[in-house]
Amino acid sequence: MKITTRFWTALVLSLPMLVEMVLQPLTGWMLPGDKWTMSVLTTLIMLISAGPFISSAWASFKKHHANMDTLVALGTLTAYLYSIYAMFKQQPVFFESAAFVITFVLLGQVLEAKMRSNASDAIGKLANLQAKDALVKRDDQFVQVSIAEVVAGDIIQVKPGQKIPVDGVVVSGMSSVDESMVTGESMPVSKRPGDQVVGATLNQNGTFEFKAQKVGRDTMLAQIVAIVKKAQNSHAPIQNLTDRVADIFVPAVLIIAIATFLIWYLLLDKSVGTALVFAVSVLVIACPCALGLATPTALMVGTGLGAKKGILIKNGEVLEAANNLKTIVFDKTGTITAGQPQVTDIIGDKQVLEVAASLEKLSEHPLAAAILQAAKKAKVQLQSVDNFRVIEGQGITGTIAGKEAMVGSRAMMSAIMSPDIAAQITAFEQEAKTVIVVALADKIIGLLTIQDVPKKNSGQAITRLKAAGLKTVMLTGDNSQVAQAIAQQVGIDEVIAGVLPTEKAAAIQELQETDKVAFVGDGINDAPALTQADVGIAMGSGTDVAIDAGGIVLVKNDLMDVVRALKLSRKTFNRIKLNLFWAFIYNVLGIPIAAGLFAGIGLVLSPELAGLAMAFSSLSVVISSVLLGKAKI
Amino acid sequence: MIKLIIFLVGIVLIGFIAWWFFGKHQVQAEQAAVNHDHQSVDIEVKGGYSPERIVLKKGVPATLKFKRTDASTCLDHVVFSDLGIDQKLPQGQVEEVKIDTSKSGVYDWACSMNMFHGQVIVK
Repeated sequence: MKITTRFWTALVLSLPMLVEMVLQPLTGWMLPGDKWTMSVLTTLIMLISAGPFISSAWASFKKHHANMDTLVALGTLTAYLYSIYAMFKQQPVFFESAAFVITFVLLGQVLEAKMRSNASDAIGKLANLQAKDALVKRDDQFVQVSIAEVVAGDIIQVKPGQKIPVDGVVVSGMSSVDESMVTGESMPVSKRPGDQVVGATLNQNGTFEFKAQKVGRDTMLAQIVAIVKKAQNSHAPIQNLTDRVADIFVPAVLIIAIATFLIWYLLLDKSVGTALVFAVSVLVIACPCALGLATPTALMVGTGLGAKKGILIKNGEVLEAANNLKTIVFDKTGTITAGQPQVTDIIGDKQVLEVAASLEKLSEHPLAAAILQAAKKAKVQLQSVDNFRVIEGQGITGTIAGKEAMVGSRAMMSAIMSPDIAAQITAFEQEAKTVIVVALADKIIGLLTIQDVPKKNSGQAITRLKAAGLKTVMLTGDNSQVAQAIAQQVGIDEVIAGVLPTEKAAAIQELQETDKVAFVGDGINDAPALTQADVGIAMGSGTDVAIDAGGIVLVKNDLMDVVRALKLSRKTFNRIKLNLFWAFIYNVLGIPIAAGLFAGIGLVLSPELAGLAMAFSSLSVVISSVLLGKAKI
Repeated sequence: MIKLIIFLVGIVLIGFIAWWFFGKHQVQAEQAAVNHDHQSVDIEVKGGYSPERIVLKKGVPATLKFKRTDASTCLDHVVFSDLGIDQKLPQGQVEEVKIDTSKSGVYDWACSMNMFHGQVIVK
């Protein structure tokens, strides 16, 4: 029988007794048939609603196990059987205790089951993001096929308003795509040929075609679902304590209940009935469930909430470790900086960029891309170049509109350089910028500086982390001048420069001697350091989120997500602690009160109140976890 | 006199509870039967798991078939925290859980409140 049916049966059958309990002191109204009616109603409740508790308790008893069912079954059976005996002996009965306890416990379980499915909803929501079908090119025509039939290499068309079915790369057309459901990025992202698209994201205004690269279990969404599922079921070290308590909890409560009865009956010389009521209250108020639910439900909600924002926390252990961090170490290139050099200063007029870009267009130098991008942004018209020539290690020359143009290093222009300009260049170099000199007709017309600049949010993220009491460190293979310049721009506390990629893990280990250390880097090049750190945070490595290194994976390439990830970990862990505190308090305070320890000052708990308290202890823990889902991170 | 008897009964009962629940008792274990390169074990879920300890052969794909006959909601999920599995067990239905046997090791499982436990040993 379903638990809801059992609950409603118990409720309807115990209602008459509830009405009597309320009305009798006021009006003297009694249930027709009094004890006999009560015994019939309670017998029905015991058979229909409590039956499963009893059979489950017996089945586990035979296996040397005891659980909450054992307590409920024993408590209510004791009250019920004693009342039957007392009824024939013409002594006071307490049928209603058994009936109410069953009703309340079932009420608690019904609500709890609802809230628990609420708490574990995140995975279902994620999995539901998946598109159901795709427009796939078959024999030069686009036909609608089920998502399961899409294979890597298929050309897929996506129309405005449609979901992108799988991961791939755009081959034609352009559009903007809402990727918020997977990355947490709130702004639409524009897509052109060559750009990556992610399955389950929403195409907005344009039509485009893309080539499927990852399908089925390999898609980013499928990987995220797998990670979240694993995280939600993982253990946090803090649970070890509750596990130990849970193992001995129920038998210990049984022993306390017997002792309670013996003390009231033998030592304090009360009636069997009174002593039994105290013993039953002890059985009923003890709640191992709240202890058991405290950690898993909070973990479930916390990791699910992170996944929605593109923050994947791999397990409870990482979550707990993220709370004791003292130092946070960043890789430089690609983590703090964009990893792509940019033109930062232009000295001179518009012609500087025009000449530089016209020449660099023909060059294959790594810095050429930065200059061309700057020219494009400034909408500079490129000129045609004759006699293009590369002077190895120095720069490039050519003729623009009959005039000799030169773009290159300081050394290349030394013959025509004024002391003024030389001083300017030195100043830029001290800021760790690469300076490019531009000359036309044997005259220097201006300078361009190029630098790998910090990402937009890097400075803000580091300020926040420092405000949270963390020491920030930058670890890089670059020379110390470049590293210091970047560190100063974003406000990093300490710089460890000139470290070879293979030495990064060792550098982390050294820091770990004094502090708990987190390392933020990319998942591929920095894998050893990510693994070595107490908490490895792997940043935005495209569609491959299933990287082994890194306890926390950030889908977006944004340092602010490091701040959010740590905040989420802290909030989740605090919620776990709060839940455990309540669960322990319920039992630590509840059991002595139920046993009648404070009866001297008039503080007692009847079995039905104990049952109510017990039902709401587990419920309150689950609700507290569900509320975590509303937290702002 | 009656009080003395009740006292003795109470003490014996406490002793019995301690021995029954805390004493060392044999755990029901089972070696999975291998059939056509596949091994599977039926597990009854009633007041716990029977068997509670399962031995699987390494490298042979394995399925655990859980059937919950117990009405208690305590047992309505089975969780393998090391393997990332959280399987709902509707009452009276057989639910299959596939275990990756490529690596040897010991994997614990538990009900969703971590009150009942079981163990898979891959070797």
